[in-house]
Amino acid sequence: MPTLRIPTPLRTYTDGQPEISVKGDTVFEVLDNLVSNYPAIQPHLFNETGQLRPFVNLYLGEENVRDLNGLQTQIMENDRLLLIPSIAGG
Amino acid sequence: MNMMLPKLSNAEILRYSRHLLIPEVGLEGQQKLKAASVLVIGTGGLGSPISLYLAAAGIGRIGLVDYDVVDYSNLQRQVIHGTSSLDKLKVESARERMLDINPDIEVEVFNQPFTSANAMLIAEQYDVLIDGTDNFPTRYLTNDVSVFLGKPNVYGSIFRFDGQVSVFDATKGPCYRCLFPEPPPPGLVPSCAEGGVLGVLPGTIGTLQATEALKVILNIGEPLIGRLLLFNALDMSFEFVKLRKNPNCKICGSNPEVTELIDYEEFCGLPGYDHEDGAVGGEWDITADDLDARLSAGNNLRLLDVREPHELQISHLDGATVIPLGQLASRLSELNSAEDMVVFCKSGTRSARALELLVSAGFRKVKNLKGGINAWAEKVDPSLPIY
Repeated sequence: MPTLRIPTPLRTYTDGQPEISVKGDTVFEVLDNLVSNYPAIQPHLFNETGQLRPFVNLYLGEENVRDLNGLQTQIMENDRLLLIPSIAGG
Repeated sequence: MNMMLPKLSNAEILRYSRHLLIPEVGLEGQQKLKAASVLVIGTGGLGSPISLYLAAAGIGRIGLVDYDVVDYSNLQRQVIHGTSSLDKLKVESARERMLDINPDIEVEVFNQPFTSANAMLIAEQYDVLIDGTDNFPTRYLTNDVSVFLGKPNVYGSIFRFDGQVSVFDATKGPCYRCLFPEPPPPGLVPSCAEGGVLGVLPGTIGTLQATEALKVILNIGEPLIGRLLLFNALDMSFEFVKLRKNPNCKICGSNPEVTELIDYEEFCGLPGYDHEDGAVGGEWDITADDLDARLSAGNNLRLLDVREPHELQISHLDGATVIPLGQLASRLSELNSAEDMVVFCKSGTRSARALELLVSAGFRKVKNLKGGINAWAEKVDPSLPIY
């Protein structure tokens, strides 16, 4: 199953888990399944119209999925998705 | 080029001898550092190690921008300041420490907020900008100034155990807006004042920023242009991802919409500082004194504490119902909208969001404790600690 790395600010919504295995053949399916399992994370990833929020960056390996095929990017069994949050502390 | 560089005195040669021994730096590199100027925006957690190391490394002219004074709660991580500098201006406290480390450099201080009105005038006097700010509006401002002036912006940002570092230089690669075209809606991402930060984390990230600044000035190695470093202290992981220039970037793309500095507080829906005012506004707030009066008069009030469980060990109010903000939406059925209710957190920011959530769910008899349990500790019950 693909894994999704959750950054610290969002772990509040995933029972503190840093990395979650989620089913899915595309980025969209992975996120959709994540949201089904952890509904509280939904508003942090998607806006009111279901679009990925512009400040949420998802990486497959070193590449931003926006530079691949967006939410339709194909995910393989052993792929790891990295969720990069916008943080501002200093 | 060599002829233009400033000479080093014998004392300076001794001071920097460990640099002069490195072939990548050498005498000429050290002269470049002496000729260089760097603006450090923010003299807090990140600004502390950045300023200390740049001073020690012999950057000839360092500018510091910060409007704040040293607070007791800063000392857990802002290592350039000490207990003896409490209530002093941060820029003055930092300057003293930097000149103690290295009296051969110049430290220029700007005791003012970095804003659209002054940012270009200040930044144009320096070669490299370093973003050590603590809020989204000032980060977008720093980025836009760096793009307009064509100067590199050495970026670092922290939260709890996570850190990010990159070098945004729109003349050679992507800018901050290419990665984050828009800020998160206000309230969605907690600040360090709300969510906390491991004290040593800004030490790690700020030191990496100082390293990148030196590399950029010396023109050595591979600076983090077009790459973002993601650090996690718990996992002790360093991961890198590629950043690409966004052709549609609103400031550095081919058809830029942003052609001058804007109102960044409006853009982010947030004030340009990390302090909390802890109020919703108008009728929705109740002060600690008023809450005390109502409780003393025997009013039947439900107190709702929306802090995290571990914060209850620091301070709590007897009889309060505890539902952390992150769980509130799914636990509304535990609350009765017919009851009078006062929501509180540490200092009023999270409870303000909780109140918005409750109101949107139909609750009307709710108020936000302005300034949170810290205000209660200050005004009503001095036996409670403030944190």
